[in-house]
Amino acid sequence: MAHHTSQPLHAGEIQKPNTGWIWKTFWIITGITALEFVIAFLMPSSTARNSIFIILTIFKAFFIVANFMHLKDETKGLIWTIMIPMSLLIWLLVALITEGNAIHNAIF
Amino acid sequence: MSTISPTTQAVSDSALDKPRTGTWDGGNEPFNASYGKLMMWFFLLSDAFTFAAFLTTYGLIRHRYMAYSGSPEAFTFSTKYWPIPEKVFNAFPGLHGVDLPLAFVALMTMILIFSSVTMVLAVEAGHRFDKKDVQKWLLWTILFGTVFVSCQAWEWSHFIGGTDEGTLMNDGTRFYGANLAVNQYGPVLFADLFFFITGFHGTHVFSGICLLIYCFIATTNGTFEKRGHYEMVEKIGLYWHFVDLVWVFVFTFFYLV
Repeated sequence: MAHHTSQPLHAGEIQKPNTGWIWKTFWIITGITALEFVIAFLMPSSTARNSIFIILTIFKAFFIVANFMHLKDETKGLIWTIMIPMSLLIWLLVALITEGNAIHNAIF
Repeated sequence: MSTISPTTQAVSDSALDKPRTGTWDGGNEPFNASYGKLMMWFFLLSDAFTFAAFLTTYGLIRHRYMAYSGSPEAFTFSTKYWPIPEKVFNAFPGLHGVDLPLAFVALMTMILIFSSVTMVLAVEAGHRFDKKDVQKWLLWTILFGTVFVSCQAWEWSHFIGGTDEGTLMNDGTRFYGANLAVNQYGPVLFADLFFFITGFHGTHVFSGICLLIYCFIATTNGTFEKRGHYEMVEKIGLYWHFVDLVWVFVFTFFYLV
């Protein structure tokens, strides 16, 4: 691909765009967001509702990272390099919320 | 220098002519990803840690305070408990006094998700060397990104300005809006976390827009075309999707939960 011309590359042979999968991903993410919005008003606040929100958010994150950021097309090694540190953050979240509850119980 | 024989000199000269390709010589591409893309992934990973630190801090501090236990209809602002987000974020530009819980933030979310779609369309056009399409989709992405930041500016100014009623504080005065030391919505840290989390995210969107403008200028000048690939659009696209991804989490943890 080392063309060094001032002429437009591949002039006249531009391929047709293949965007079906992009719009499909977009509608999935939009659908999940709409669902979250509906749940926010139909369900009273509870741990179950928060769990649903977090699971739906992780679904959305999966579609963005796998399709839009093309992580699913990368090598297994790169996928794990990104996913293992990220999964440790779940532990961080659980640990700090537990800590927050402990502080709460100590005060109130 | 005199110790180098003419033969050795000749070999090293020709070695300089072409890139070195040995596995331990820089010729190996770990994970079959280019240097730039790999480093962008690692940068995004480190950035994800920063945002995760913000959001877990939010989780900790929120659980440290009392939760509001009454019915949503009877909710009033108080520093005694953490506010419920749909009562704080219920304003919409141009519709003063109308209670539209989370409507504006839902719109902002959709704008940012849509900008992610136009970004991925720009990357796809780059794969096809379709300069006109890359320009078109980059411009749409810049537009949606700018609209998002403008929406956030409105959200901030409304949050800082406060509601018409304000809140009667413990010392008997009425306080309107929010700053880093006092706010009408709830505990001090609620407003602090709002400013820090959405502010840090907004800064990311702003730098993303700057990068996209650079990308648009370089595309227009034909820089990427001459280079033979549109990888820069892909790398900046990765960053842009990441910013969208972070917002998805901010939306959940700050506005929904």
